Amino acid sequence: MAELDFKELQELAAEILGVEPEQVQMNVSFQRDLAADSLDLVELIAAVEDKYDVELPEEQLEQMKNVGDLWQFLEAREAERTRA
Amino acid sequence: MSQANGRRVAVTGLGFVTPIGNDVETVWSNLVEGVSGVGPITHFDASSYSTRIAAEVKGFEPERYMDRKTARHLGRYCQFALGASQQALAQAGLVPGDMDPDDVGVIVSSGIGGMEEIEKSHTALMERGVRRISPFTVPMMIADMAAGIVAMHTKAGGPNYAIVSACASSGHGIGEAAEIIKRGDAKAMLAGGAEATITPLTMGAFCQIKAVSERNDEPERACRPFDTGRDGFVMGEGAVMFVLEDMEFARERGAQVLAELIGYGASADMHHFTAPHPEGAGAIRAMRKALKKAAVEPAQVDYVNAHGTSTKLGDIAETKAIKQVFGDHAHQLAVSSTKSVHAHLLGAAGAMEAAACVLAIERGLIPPTINLDDQDPECDLDYVPNRARQAKVDVAISNSFGFGGHNATLVLRRAELN
Repeated sequence: MAELDFKELQELAAEILGVEPEQVQMNVSFQRDLAADSLDLVELIAAVEDKYDVELPEEQLEQMKNVGDLWQFLEAREAERTRA
Repeated sequence: MSQANGRRVAVTGLGFVTPIGNDVETVWSNLVEGVSGVGPITHFDASSYSTRIAAEVKGFEPERYMDRKTARHLGRYCQFALGASQQALAQAGLVPGDMDPDDVGVIVSSGIGGMEEIEKSHTALMERGVRRISPFTVPMMIADMAAGIVAMHTKAGGPNYAIVSACASSGHGIGEAAEIIKRGDAKAMLAGGAEATITPLTMGAFCQIKAVSERNDEPERACRPFDTGRDGFVMGEGAVMFVLEDMEFARERGAQVLAELIGYGASADMHHFTAPHPEGAGAIRAMRKALKKAAVEPAQVDYVNAHGTSTKLGDIAETKAIKQVFGDHAHQLAVSSTKSVHAHLLGAAGAMEAAACVLAIERGLIPPTINLDDQDPECDLDYVPNRARQAKVDVAISNSFGFGGHNATLVLRRAELN
């Protein structure tokens, strides 16, 4: 199974949200800790979808409490893909 | 304007992001030395275009004026506006955040708005579908956003909007900002223009109307107002911002007054989409109104910074208009088109050129019209050819004319002649 590299997600989110990659940790919230507004999240979704070849509806991202939730979502999709 | 209701308007700060420099001293040095800002287009591959030259802003570092995230989310023209505004406030020594928010307003004019961002999002739509349109497309493209952004970052909470009149936009913007101060709606205004349209669609569109110079082999010599060899304007970009203040307020707080804005006139050509009225009828009325409001006789004017775009029709029409307004004095006046150096900043042109007037008054030097080698017999005024001229300038006017037939004239006067 191909391993996803968390560092790559950190760099992607950092670029879009204008923060340092080290600030993007599993337990931080996009909105509360990284000051992402609704426009930032739409941009983040497009970037995540492109990079990871997934579909990520906005409602789903809004329900994710922190970066770790997004990471688990991406890992789950990757696992499904590997099984298929 | 200066006498009408007692309030007078001081210019106390200028800021520049332009093809000839991103600070006042560099801009002034290039203006008076006649160092052109025009070169081959580098923003995109223009090799298939009939015009492959423009005056691009060089060496602008958004991080000097805003954080990385802000820069990412601003259209290029908004970045320029924010940079120029911060310079102007610094020169004026004005901190809107320390004042009542209603006391400082912002007008940033743009002829077009965030064109590059519209084009990128349209490409994303066509190539990758609706969900790949950037959510920042709307804030980056709308022509009023620069005024909003400048207010957010400088804490200026007074009247706030954009004025759109093509290449006259910031002439109107500065004039209307002065009126806001005069009617007592703000003590100070940040006013000027911003534009960034050296883009594939905009350049192509201007090529199609044959408005832009095709002198691709000699970019620095392409913009040649009043010269027989002129063949169109040269696209520029940038932002120039003024701090305008109620004179009394400026004096009370000990600000250095660079010049006084004493008149503003606006009119319509009522003639054609893009061509000027052949006799400059609208331009004549704008200049006359501005001089009347300034309570200045034509013979008191020392310098005219012409709209002078380097188009066949425009330069002749403006010359005729100046002769109508100034009569015999037209031949004693110094008239120059600094577009020959900085090219055409479209919505920022009026602010750039009014700033050239302020500096000419302040420094006693009239910037030249460069590339004026063979003067058009139909353009028979003193255009200060090729070399700056030392001269005491007490009163200067700046003309700006836009597609659509919009005309604006500003009158500026030496500060100590009160």
